[in-house]
Amino acid sequence: MYKYNDFDEAFVRERVEQFRGQVERRIDGSLTEDEFKPLRLMNGLYLQLHAYMLRIAIPYGTLSGRQMRQLGMIADRWDRGYGHFTTRQNIQFNWPRLRDVPEILSALADVEMHAIQTSGNTIRNVTADHFAGASADEIADPRPYAELLRQWSTDHPEFQFLPRKFKIAVTGAAHDRAVIRAHDIGLQIVERDGATGFRVLVGGGLGRTPMIGKVIREFLPAEDLLPYTEAIVSVWNLLGRRDNKFKARIKITVHETGIDEIARMVEDRFAEIRPQFGGVDQQVLGEIQAQFAPPGFAAKPLDAYETAYAEDPVFRAWIDTNVAPHRRDDHAIVSISLKKHGATPGDATSAQMATMADLAERHAYDELRISHEQNVILPHVARADLPAVHAALKEAGLATANIGLVSDIIACPGMDYCALATARSIPVAQQIATRFEELKLERDIGPLKIKISGCINACGHHHVGHIGILGLDRAGVENYQITLGGDGTEDAVIGTRTGPGFAYDEIVPAIERIVDAYLSAREDPSETFLETYRRIGMEPFKAALYPEKARAHAA
Amino acid sequence: MSRAFTPKVVTANDLLLGDAIWLTDEDEWTRDLARAELIEDEAHAQLRLLHAQGQPDIAVGPYLADAKAGAKGAEPVHFREAFRTRGPSNYAHGKQEEV
Ligand code: HEM
Ligand code: SF4
Repeated sequence: MYKYNDFDEAFVRERVEQFRGQVERRIDGSLTEDEFKPLRLMNGLYLQLHAYMLRIAIPYGTLSGRQMRQLGMIADRWDRGYGHFTTRQNIQFNWPRLRDVPEILSALADVEMHAIQTSGNTIRNVTADHFAGASADEIADPRPYAELLRQWSTDHPEFQFLPRKFKIAVTGAAHDRAVIRAHDIGLQIVERDGATGFRVLVGGGLGRTPMIGKVIREFLPAEDLLPYTEAIVSVWNLLGRRDNKFKARIKITVHETGIDEIARMVEDRFAEIRPQFGGVDQQVLGEIQAQFAPPGFAAKPLDAYETAYAEDPVFRAWIDTNVAPHRRDDHAIVSISLKKHGATPGDATSAQMATMADLAERHAYDELRISHEQNVILPHVARADLPAVHAALKEAGLATANIGLVSDIIACPGMDYCALATARSIPVAQQIATRFEELKLERDIGPLKIKISGCINACGHHHVGHIGILGLDRAGVENYQITLGGDGTEDAVIGTRTGPGFAYDEIVPAIERIVDAYLSAREDPSETFLETYRRIGMEPFKAALYPEKARAHAA
Repeated sequence: MSRAFTPKVVTANDLLLGDAIWLTDEDEWTRDLARAELIEDEAHAQLRLLHAQGQPDIAVGPYLADAKAGAKGAEPVHFREAFRTRGPSNYAHGKQEEV
């Protein structure tokens, strides 16, 4: 795992002290809110609907046990005993008091964490595949490259006032678990003639105008990563629509200028700046890579695991849904669900954070990941330890066996917390999960991704949900629009709208009708919701959603 | 053609805690919307908003929110403002616990 060097340490400490002074000056009146707001946003501090909110970066989603435990401590001491993990591998605290924030930042610095560039028109937290370094299908660990990008982008003088925020995601596998196609830049590690490089995508994004990223370079040699990324950002920095906030993201620039023209400009710029990258970055990368060396995997006998799997149906159900293959047969990747039926997706209490920290230290070589699906991952667990891990998770209320199923819902904070929201998302997720739990249908339904956002900004990724739900305000009441067929993987597609939206008390029954329509239309239980949708299209679902219309049509 | 003025309250977030506050007719800030001054006159509403804007050490981002007269005092009109009186609905915490 990456350890701060002296520069990182001093830099973060200095920012904390600088912010401490700014908070003091805001409170004693020497700074106005207009002066203070950009300063607090530079430190991840928002003012939301009911309270301040502090957003903390978890670079490429990777955490140690100590860091996770510290987040729990912060939740207990300065918040209300819980934290909220987001789709961008951040954690948000929903109730800090202004006066306490410098102390919180200082407690974060103690464990090499911070909230810098988690807001504002800068390059945000670089995200990565949450199975990085562990999954069987990976070409190389994407995190050293993500860390290199983080170091390059943090406080980069040219990129602090970009036209809009900028998000980069990296994966080392062909199967995309990092939604790279919905990012401003998506990077996929590929091999060509034995050399490692990147397939570079640009111009993806969700929000008001959702778009899937386009390939700008099929193969970028790994050593060109920084100059090429810098070329992209600097071309956009020049072309980006500063006149119109809604058109400022690079996806619009790519759309308006055309990918070929953008590619030509980027290549020109790249040729210009390439010589400035004299190799220091590669030296730094080498040092970073050494820190991401795989743990010393311990070989342990599998008997106890095999017995538990054969004899305990609860354990077996959990293994079958929440545990994924590891690159070593005697290890596994464990996804801890933060989606207990009826709970707030992505929330963990301080006690749960402490449990996860303990488990990481005891059974997972001290590593945790946050997934963009708002779950927590133990990336390397010896199969022999799985019964013990499961037992501990069960005790902490963290053993819900629903990863990838209908109740494993992404939901943004929505109107329950977010000042920009036009409707609630969390209670909708809570009700859907509870409803399918009551129906005992979850396992029968199989893989199905529901994603919910409380406004068009799409923080809940609804466009790429198999079923997407978007909460809107229609004449002062909550209204929910449904999209179907979205996909955030390597086959990324933006979902299609079904038709008119549904009222708050109609949305759960509407989702139920969609699922029923799927269950009766699928060819056999192995055909997933998405496969069925792709085979039969929208019409049968529309008929189930709007029965009156279907009847009128037939008449 | 200007639209008819509908009653308003002055609301903001508290500087130190960040929670929702409303201005009363006694120039105090309250955490109970029912106690807020319900303003029926547009010119007066602008004056009260200016008054709130003059207190940046308490009130962050003051604005006029639609409200109506209820049995106990001012009541929200829009659901967003209703949520601001109660706090998040996913847990029974914050103000809901007290109400
Ligand atoms: C509660 C505070 C939040 C605020 C004020 C906020 C604000 C925004 C805004 C304004 C956008 C649209 C930006 C644009 O298109 O230029 C956006 C997009 C997005 N946000 Fe949030 N957000 C919040 C929380 C979250 C959370 C909790 C998540 C994760 C669950 C998240 C993840 C995202 C994602 C994934 C996008 C769309 C991707 C894209 O930019 O293309 N945000 N957010
Ligand atoms: S989608 Fe809208 S409501 Fe949800 S967190 Fe983002 S900005 Fe807030």
